[in-house]
Amino acid sequence: MSSSIETLINKEYQAGFETDIEADTIAAGLTEETVRIISAKKHEPEWLLDWRLKAFRRWQTMTEPHWPNVTYGPIDYQAISYYSAPKTKKPLGSLDEVDPKLLETYAKLGIPLTEQKFLAGVAVDAVFDSVSVGTTYKEELAKLGIIFCSFGEAVREHPELVRKYLGSVVPYSDNFFASLNSAVFSDGSFVYVPKGVRCPMELSTYFRINASGTGQFERTLIVADEGAYVSYLEGCTAPKRDENQLHAAVVELVALENATVKYSTVQNWYAGDAEGNGGVYNFVTKRGKCAGRKSKISWTQVETGSAITWKYPSVILQGDDSVGEFYSVAVVNGKQQADTGTKMIHIGKNTKSNIVSKGISAGQGNNSYRGQVKVLPKADGARNYTQCDSMLVGNRCGAHTFPYIEVGNNTATVEHEASTSKIGEDQIFYLKQRGLSAEQAVSMIVSGFCREVFKELPMEFALEAQQLLGITLEGSVG
Amino acid sequence: MLEIKNLHASVGDKPILRGISLTVNAGEVHAVMGPNGSGKSTLAQVLAGHPAYEVTAGEVYYEGENLLELDAEVRAQKGVFMAFQYPIEIPGVTNAYFLRSAYNEIRKARGEDEVDPMDFLDVMEEKLQLVHMSDDMLQRSVNMGFSGGEKKRNEILQMAVLDPKLAILDETDSGLDIDALRVVAEGVNAMRRPDNATIVVTHYQRLLNYIVPDFVHVLAGGRIVRSGGKELALELEAKGYDWLTETTAA
Repeated sequence: MSSSIETLINKEYQAGFETDIEADTIAAGLTEETVRIISAKKHEPEWLLDWRLKAFRRWQTMTEPHWPNVTYGPIDYQAISYYSAPKTKKPLGSLDEVDPKLLETYAKLGIPLTEQKFLAGVAVDAVFDSVSVGTTYKEELAKLGIIFCSFGEAVREHPELVRKYLGSVVPYSDNFFASLNSAVFSDGSFVYVPKGVRCPMELSTYFRINASGTGQFERTLIVADEGAYVSYLEGCTAPKRDENQLHAAVVELVALENATVKYSTVQNWYAGDAEGNGGVYNFVTKRGKCAGRKSKISWTQVETGSAITWKYPSVILQGDDSVGEFYSVAVVNGKQQADTGTKMIHIGKNTKSNIVSKGISAGQGNNSYRGQVKVLPKADGARNYTQCDSMLVGNRCGAHTFPYIEVGNNTATVEHEASTSKIGEDQIFYLKQRGLSAEQAVSMIVSGFCREVFKELPMEFALEAQQLLGITLEGSVG
Repeated sequence: MLEIKNLHASVGDKPILRGISLTVNAGEVHAVMGPNGSGKSTLAQVLAGHPAYEVTAGEVYYEGENLLELDAEVRAQKGVFMAFQYPIEIPGVTNAYFLRSAYNEIRKARGEDEVDPMDFLDVMEEKLQLVHMSDDMLQRSVNMGFSGGEKKRNEILQMAVLDPKLAILDETDSGLDIDALRVVAEGVNAMRRPDNATIVVTHYQRLLNYIVPDFVHVLAGGRIVRSGGKELALELEAKGYDWLTETTAA
């Protein structure tokens, strides 16, 4: 473990390569026509085109939000191409027909799409630029009635489910970036786990931005029917580029009565260089709805990449006795900025939420936790516990906390604990005196700090997250 | 093994060590004693490479190498170990993971293979007994919530696992009751060999009843004011430090 971190520490952003592949990319610019082209390319039904157009018209009336604690230059939405797909000659019947160059790309990233992955017990859907290139283990899952496919395929094969749940948690009018996504989303993943089924393997999507001058606007929808259980992991990488790339995704989770959805993210989009050139703008809307009684939604995120991260995975606790959880590690180094946290909206009775946020700031990074806990008047006996810890590495970085608490019911219990610490010279010296390098020492101290969150991740991803942390903090100690 | 020549060191602008010379050979135990503020802990920290101390003059050779040019972790990898007076807490990192990482770094530096977690447990078994610690200590975060005695025993445990050539015990006896003191001393004595050496930094003589030194040095005002055999410690116990320090102050 320590030796692999050490090797990784000395490497630069490893996912920063570009795949030379012929792509079908539409011209930059965003008009109603662009929305129609995207919809037509995907052979979508009329209702979906209408939904996109409503979103687009709404988006035109909105202005980009500037309340997050981040700074960046203006984004020219007309300079972005909203659709890019690797060229294929015919529709793909199976993974064997996927362009070998694509498979090679995922292999380089350590995401083999081949059946070997079966041994690891992980089913993978991979999204390359705008389209999904292959979903493994679909058949095995289908035997249990589990649907795990690209969003595009779900629209074709299961339109009734998509139509019922699309926008049910994040409406097309929700916010500037969600509306933009609703208008132009290209692909993403769809999961449906039927009543009483426990999904036997981790489901995973790997997102990759490849083409330059494009944005990625994927959309993920996960529905766990009554009594179902699913654990889902998303990973992200992009090539190194001098320009900033926009990633505006939407993720919607729905948990019906007694259902559990666990959603984990290891986000490693390209963060830009040391001077702050390039990197991904990660402006994402993620929200889950505990629609049924005793349902549970749990978000775990490890955010190490992106020039700017702007996301608040949230839970609407509508069903009585439902539970929402948010476990987060956000690391900034170099000139990265993150404004991230969660919203827990307590509507049902005896609803519970738990928030554990660990922010690590190094270099000249700026890290903000922003969280809202809202207890509505009918949420008798609602409980929230929030723990929000910041760690500073060096003295040129920043850590900020913006908690918002609104309680409308006097039987509710809301607790908030916060701490800020600094990695001490004494801690580093102690570990160095035992033979560890300064980098290993920081990596170990930070991993310890994040332990409560890492233990929520599936085992192999916890390891990956720990390694990423080491890479992100590379060079943060003098 | 260790040769200190006219060592001067300061913190900020404040000189603390003002010309220490000391030779430690393999197989020897040296006690460094002295009143508070005499510079004995500073000496330990400087030898271990703490960045807060600046060496302003003098030389230190360890196994023929210029010790002062080596980074703290390289010194550790080459067999210099310091048991801390105030062991540091590291939340969330288990003692087992910490110890194994350190053990493997030192093995790597010696050109030996790393040890996996299962084999490491076997290594630990025997070492835990040496300091009378149970293996649930391994799953606790490093020094978190440890009592004073547990922290010190944990330092000796680390020493036993890392098997240093030169061990420096910085006031390991401070804050220990007599039973803990005995356990710590037994651990240190069990590790005494002809090919390693120990420097015991202490304020009180009582530790030296258990770890019997070959040489005793008394520090005052950043200098060694008296050196002798183990009987010097007893003399100090009887007379205090004043009779030595007053002469140097003059």
